[in-house]
Amino acid sequence: MTPKWIKNGDAWIWLNAAAVSISIIIVVGLLGLIAVRGLSHFWPASVMQADYVFPGNPLSRIIGEVVDNELVSIDNIRSSGIQIETQEPVLERLLLKTGNRDILGTDFRWLIAINLKNIHYPENIIALERREWGNFYGYIKSVKQHGQIIAEGEKAWPMLQQRLTRALDLAKQIKQVEKNEIGDINYEMEDLRLAERRLQLDQEDNESNLAPLHQARKQLDADYKQLQQRLNLLYQQINQDSLVATVADGTEVEIALAKIVRAYQPNALSLLARIGLYFEKLAEFIFDEPREANTEGGIFPAIFGTVMMVLIMSVLVTPFGVIAAVYLREYAKQGFLTRTIRIAVNNLAGVPSIVYGVFGLGFFVYFLGGNIDQLFYSEALPAPTFGTPGILWSSLTLAILTVPVVIVATEEGLSRIPKAIREGSLALGATKAETLWRTVLPMATPAMMTGMILAVARAAGEVAPLMLVGVVKLAPSLPLDDNFPFLHLDRKFMHLGFHIYDVGFQSPNVEAARPLVFATALLLVLVIIILNLAAIYIRNRLRERYRGLEQ
Amino acid sequence: MSNQTLTHGIRLDALSRSSNKMYLKNEKICLRANDLRLFYGEKQALKNINLDIPEKRVSAFIGPSGCGKSTLLRCFNRMNDLVDNCRIEGSIDLYEQDIFAKGVDVAELRRRVGMVFQKPNPFPKTIYENVAYGLRLQGVKSRRQLDEVVEKSLKGAALWDEVKDRLHDSALGLSGGQQQRLVIARAIAIEPEVLLLDEPASALDPISTLKIEELINKLKTDYTIVIVTHNMQQAARVSDFTAFMYMGELIEFNDTDTIFTNPQQKQTEDYITGRYG
Repeated sequence: MTPKWIKNGDAWIWLNAAAVSISIIIVVGLLGLIAVRGLSHFWPASVMQADYVFPGNPLSRIIGEVVDNELVSIDNIRSSGIQIETQEPVLERLLLKTGNRDILGTDFRWLIAINLKNIHYPENIIALERREWGNFYGYIKSVKQHGQIIAEGEKAWPMLQQRLTRALDLAKQIKQVEKNEIGDINYEMEDLRLAERRLQLDQEDNESNLAPLHQARKQLDADYKQLQQRLNLLYQQINQDSLVATVADGTEVEIALAKIVRAYQPNALSLLARIGLYFEKLAEFIFDEPREANTEGGIFPAIFGTVMMVLIMSVLVTPFGVIAAVYLREYAKQGFLTRTIRIAVNNLAGVPSIVYGVFGLGFFVYFLGGNIDQLFYSEALPAPTFGTPGILWSSLTLAILTVPVVIVATEEGLSRIPKAIREGSLALGATKAETLWRTVLPMATPAMMTGMILAVARAAGEVAPLMLVGVVKLAPSLPLDDNFPFLHLDRKFMHLGFHIYDVGFQSPNVEAARPLVFATALLLVLVIIILNLAAIYIRNRLRERYRGLEQ
Repeated sequence: MSNQTLTHGIRLDALSRSSNKMYLKNEKICLRANDLRLFYGEKQALKNINLDIPEKRVSAFIGPSGCGKSTLLRCFNRMNDLVDNCRIEGSIDLYEQDIFAKGVDVAELRRRVGMVFQKPNPFPKTIYENVAYGLRLQGVKSRRQLDEVVEKSLKGAALWDEVKDRLHDSALGLSGGQQQRLVIARAIAIEPEVLLLDEPASALDPISTLKIEELINKLKTDYTIVIVTHNMQQAARVSDFTAFMYMGELIEFNDTDTIFTNPQQKQTEDYITGRYG
């Protein structure tokens, strides 16, 4: 006799519900973990000062920010050679971000909590985010101009802020000149060099042909000299100011203002100021370029590269997949051969992505790219133009990786279009092609969009093949800029997925990089969600139009 | 029944335009099936059909489900071409021209022989675009001409008054009966010579059915109409001539009055009196 709760299916319903709940918990938990660990990184935490008592060592003073803590058993601590007198079975250990890597050699230090005495949070501690050597924590002593002290003691901090605003403004100008203006000149110089080389290769490098090139180069040289002078002036201005500060043990250091990105007094901040600073740092992360081997600054180039690569891939894969699906479903004779092709296509979707990476490197980069260079970019050789990994080859590799998905989804959509609609069109004297173009394909657009959504979701998260065909740790310029022809498909690019790998596992500064791994992962998920939502929105609008037919 | 005595490919009456059958003696023949046989793979679905369909009259095909009446209807505009492993022998003439002959433009044939299906199948476009579809296929671009034809066709299909204020709304918002009349409007917009109706009212409610039947009556002054129906009352109401089919064979074709009051074949009588089917 089966119990009633099995017979009426209650147990089954509970099992189903449990499966769904577990899935939701896993997804929410995953996103929650990434979000909390990633987003908390930007919170300007208080910086403590304490005396660290370590048996057998002189007492030392420590300044830093607590970033992590964990409980360790006393046996573990003792077995690593640290002698400690206590009855507690477990001890708390704190990870302190001490900054000042230029002085201490490391950024982070594990400390045993009970050895910290006299913990307090002085309001006049300053935190400096620098372009090199990570954060600085200490006390400001004076501000100098051309080596002369201009403010000391109480007045030093307001003066620093005033001078820093000026320095940051100068730094922006320097970046503008170096990156954009000199960058543009370099780009044009390279164009001229290539034009000259082309003339040489064509053996047309006579005076009349070369004259305009030399003329242009002269002009560029003059421009460059002018810019160089301006740059020197800017550097003189930015280098005039510096500050003197003392670190935890009382040592004095001098730091040029040119090296500072941001200065604040972490313990003196009001809640509102803290929140403001938090969003400022968050914005910097999203919209700025990375610094210090990607462990500081932002990840804008990686976001840009990811989105761009996915967009180029979509533009390539959608028409290709749709055309293939139309042939398979509408024109090819349904039989053994088409069935085989269909199975092969479905299986392609299951091939490990690194295989596509190898294929992309061998076929696209070396073969196609190499031949394109021979034919069209011979003046640049031996430096490759397309014969080297780049965003075009990455997009193409991911396009062939995702084309099965588009084919399958489109075929599905085509097969779902009612026969009555096709017959209705044919009965009005439409040819098969006319029927396809005027009714069938428009009605299949939601299915094509579904294919594209799946393709985007797969491609945006793919890293392995990209490492072979175009992704780099740090790309000097974006694949889209203001130099003609604006879209540079031959350039290498940065990618969020690769960035996570690089920051997390290739970074020289593991502790500094760890929160960035979470933050970058969160951004990658967000980028994929946004790309998907955009596509889903378009698809739903298309579906709305044909909804009456589904009934 | 003279045609049944003929051998393949030789037709004694090929040159005469009027039929030698008594009931058709004053009629001009529009469509003529000669010894038509149709196979789905090995299975024969139509057996030696010989049939003359008179111009500008309503001819109805009746018979039990699966008797081949829809299949026969779909031969007239070569809709069966779309069916895999469907093979046709014999011939069909549209005004003395073999529609299966080599070099016949199927799209052109379908422009001359329009078709309305069992379930309304408007395109997911506006009402206007549905009606203009056939014209656009023919490359008509003039707005004025399109407007005129759309209005004329919708009036012809007795739908104009109901939709004239929402021509640019989706056709999928119309009721089933309206959709079916829209599909008829779409078919007559390209002015075909023949209109094939495949159970046009079977998916509709009685009032819509009535409207469709009135419409058929109105349309027969301009079009040769062939209608498939499994509703004998409907056949009796709307048609001038009726064909009874059974198991892929044409049992009897005669004017409707004769079929329903004085059938010549036992099978016809059995079906009409409701003994099977």
